[in-house]
Amino acid sequence: MSATTGQSWRDWLLTDTPASRRQAAWGERYRLWCSFRSNGLAMIGLVVALAMVVLSLSAPLLASYDPGTQELANRLARPSAAHWLGTDELGRDVWSRILYGGRVTLGMVVAVVALVAPLGLAIGCIAGYFGGFADRALMRVTDVFLAFPRLILALAFVAAIKPGITSAIFAIVLTAWPPYARLARAETMTIRNTDFIAAVRLTGASPARIILRHVVPLCLGSLVVRVTLDMSSIILTAAALGFLGMGAQPPSPEWGAMIATARRFILEQWWVPTIPGIAIFVASLAFNLLGDGLRDVLDPKQR
Amino acid sequence: MRVEIQNLTIAFPTATGISHAVRGVSLDLGTEKLGIVGESGSGKSLTARSILKLLPRSARITADKLSFDGIDVLTANESAMRAIRGRRAGLILQDPKYSLNPVMTAGAQIAESWRMHRKGGAREARAAAIDLLAQVKINDPGRVFDAYPHELSGGMGQRVMIAMMLAPDPELLIADEPTSALDATVQAEILRLMEDLVARRGMSLILISHDLPLVSHFCDRVAVMYAGRIVEQLGAGELAQAKHPYTRGLLDCMPALSQPKPRLPVMTRDPAWLA
Amino acid sequence: MAAGGARKLAATAASVPITLFGLVLVTFLIGRVMPIDPVLAIVGDRAPADVVAATRLELGLDLPLYMQFWIYLGKLAVGDLGRSVMTSHTVWDDIKRFFPATMELATVAIIIASAIGIPVGVLAAVKQGSRFDHAVRVICLAGHSLPTFVLALISLLVFYATLHLVPGPGRQDVVFDEMVPVITNFLTVDAVLAGEWDVFWDAVAHLIQPAGVLAYFGMAFIARMTRAFMLDALAGEYIITARAKGLSTARVIWKHAFGNIAVRLVTILALSYAGLLEGAVVTETVFSWPGLGQYLTISLLNADMNAVLGATLVVGVTYLAFNLLADLLYKLLDPRVQ
Repeated sequence: MSATTGQSWRDWLLTDTPASRRQAAWGERYRLWCSFRSNGLAMIGLVVALAMVVLSLSAPLLASYDPGTQELANRLARPSAAHWLGTDELGRDVWSRILYGGRVTLGMVVAVVALVAPLGLAIGCIAGYFGGFADRALMRVTDVFLAFPRLILALAFVAAIKPGITSAIFAIVLTAWPPYARLARAETMTIRNTDFIAAVRLTGASPARIILRHVVPLCLGSLVVRVTLDMSSIILTAAALGFLGMGAQPPSPEWGAMIATARRFILEQWWVPTIPGIAIFVASLAFNLLGDGLRDVLDPKQR
Repeated sequence: MRVEIQNLTIAFPTATGISHAVRGVSLDLGTEKLGIVGESGSGKSLTARSILKLLPRSARITADKLSFDGIDVLTANESAMRAIRGRRAGLILQDPKYSLNPVMTAGAQIAESWRMHRKGGAREARAAAIDLLAQVKINDPGRVFDAYPHELSGGMGQRVMIAMMLAPDPELLIADEPTSALDATVQAEILRLMEDLVARRGMSLILISHDLPLVSHFCDRVAVMYAGRIVEQLGAGELAQAKHPYTRGLLDCMPALSQPKPRLPVMTRDPAWLA
Repeated sequence: MAAGGARKLAATAASVPITLFGLVLVTFLIGRVMPIDPVLAIVGDRAPADVVAATRLELGLDLPLYMQFWIYLGKLAVGDLGRSVMTSHTVWDDIKRFFPATMELATVAIIIASAIGIPVGVLAAVKQGSRFDHAVRVICLAGHSLPTFVLALISLLVFYATLHLVPGPGRQDVVFDEMVPVITNFLTVDAVLAGEWDVFWDAVAHLIQPAGVLAYFGMAFIARMTRAFMLDALAGEYIITARAKGLSTARVIWKHAFGNIAVRLVTILALSYAGLLEGAVVTETVFSWPGLGQYLTISLLNADMNAVLGATLVVGVTYLAFNLLADLLYKLLDPRVQ
């Protein structure tokens, strides 16, 4: 029974003659999903990324210890049945800290993306749509921010306000928006000159309506790709800030900060700093694979 | 020089199975001018390029016989093929904007082709290239020699392309839609130039086009391809006797000044042609 | 044609002062938003009120912001970046001392990175879909996903602690300290100039590990871009032309395909050179390499803002210079641009 319903769903989605707009839209999404699914590495990325989200959300259920509980008698222990990934220099359970650290990292990523994508999109669309002075001024500002290496501007900014997660988020936003603005501007400029926008304008639509209803939706595809690819770079910047003591502060179980405090044990108890390093690597790799796959599906021209 | 093709099949693996682009084509070419006519995707370019083994990497190619002057192309290795390519058979592509190397000067590309197959230093190569540019009726060969492709017009670019392919003095020239990307006024000039050079050098020519009357005007013989097969072979003067409905359809679609029609017919395709 | 090229160059050159001005403005503003009182950082928080007020006046902090910026610009023009609280030297002197070490590291790294990355990228593109290609893709992806400091730490563990292949952190062994006169401040070059081969080999041994770590990230980027560019070039019609001419495979690949991407690669090299400056900050911290990166991180932890902003500005200007260089090279070398 279920096989036949599955078959009919597939037929409904893949039909060449959709009966409604909704069917056509879902059919298109299904085709994209099919072509994404055929990319093995991208699927691995998706699965790992989803697993990370689930693991960190359910950290309180999965963690065997409180991430802050110290057990000084059992410092720097090797991985064992009691402590799956061993303990750190204060005898805290590394597995539990990794789980909670995932929350910090993913939280920072979500916060940065939620701030940076609308900001970059707004600046890029305005510059691209109106052109002229607005465009030149905004692009100059973009150039200035692109002229700094990302990590170094973020470091200087955090140092000036106050080391911590919140300032790290703002610092990453400050350094991450220019490429989004550039991308949105380029897309907007090609869309702006198309005939259908001219037609919309002839019906008397306001610039705000044109941008929000017609330009922004068309920019979203490449923006999603960019965001996914950028997530790994946000994770790496956040970790580097933590490692250099400018991001999350100990005793926060942020992965970069964990490495910073455990770094002096690299030669003796090498697993203590290495395990959070692997966590950063896996998280960042997952988003890179996912982003690569999405780019192939959603935005084939951008290689 | 003789090219023999028997039962040539070219296939490509795709997501949904194997797609056959050329299905059982047989052709025989001596020292003559052969036209291959067909619409996009009919397999005419692939058939011609298979003689030089210049097919996309994913192409699966089989044939009972595919030989260039007695050399079995199917089993020939890369170095044996290189002895044919350029030296014995040249290939002219559609659009010089893409088929010329954008970062080498026109002269350097011709000289490279000359030096590849003849002994001589840079100075002789330069002199030969300038001479070739003059042979393809370029007025100012010295200037064109030092020009980059993007600085040349389409017609000039195609002349450079012809000069480059004639440099090693080949026996066969394959021209793959050589004028489709050019302005109508230049098309006839380029074709006449090619016809003239081919005749003077006693070369064979394969002219690939979608323009049946044009091909029949320049060639001795015409092969009409449809969906990967040759549906009809005709002498250039026998177009009026064409039997296959596809060829007839193509001819009927042509507007004629002597017999104006109120409305040109639209080709109806019979699925039986695909069999 | 030539006029068009010249105009583009002029337009590029004209945008530089504006970007530079923006760069200075941003560093200035960052310096002013800080909640740490710069006066207290100098006089200490137990200083009497009149000393604090006098210092404030002396630093010009009572002036309106635009006046302060004007003064900042004036000082910058004569190379005055203020004094570092931590080293008690002027920031400019510190930068002159530490920056060459960073450049030496980044230069060796970019040489290693391009010497490996370019051929590997070309080969991966030529053998697209092969095992080699997949391996290259994985190595490149790892380079985009691995934090610099993790690789640096692992490298210390493996090559220094376990295999004893390289000496430990630092730029040279203490026994060689101040043995060669400082000329270029590239220790390897200075050692050669002084003819001190022991110092040279010691410097190379110390350099190879941080440079190798840094080079890996550059290599991943360069190989990935080379591969993508080459795939693009190899799909070009002119490649079919080149093959139809009977050219050898090597000539088709290197002269025709690679010849077409060479200029774009130059810009990629300049960009990754600039990118390595960023990686150097973290690498230097792990390997105790006495460069600008280590200077910057130590200043950060000590809230030594003059030093932080000075170093940031210098890195920003260098980064800008490399970007500009990439742009100019592209416009000068590619015949299609003119």
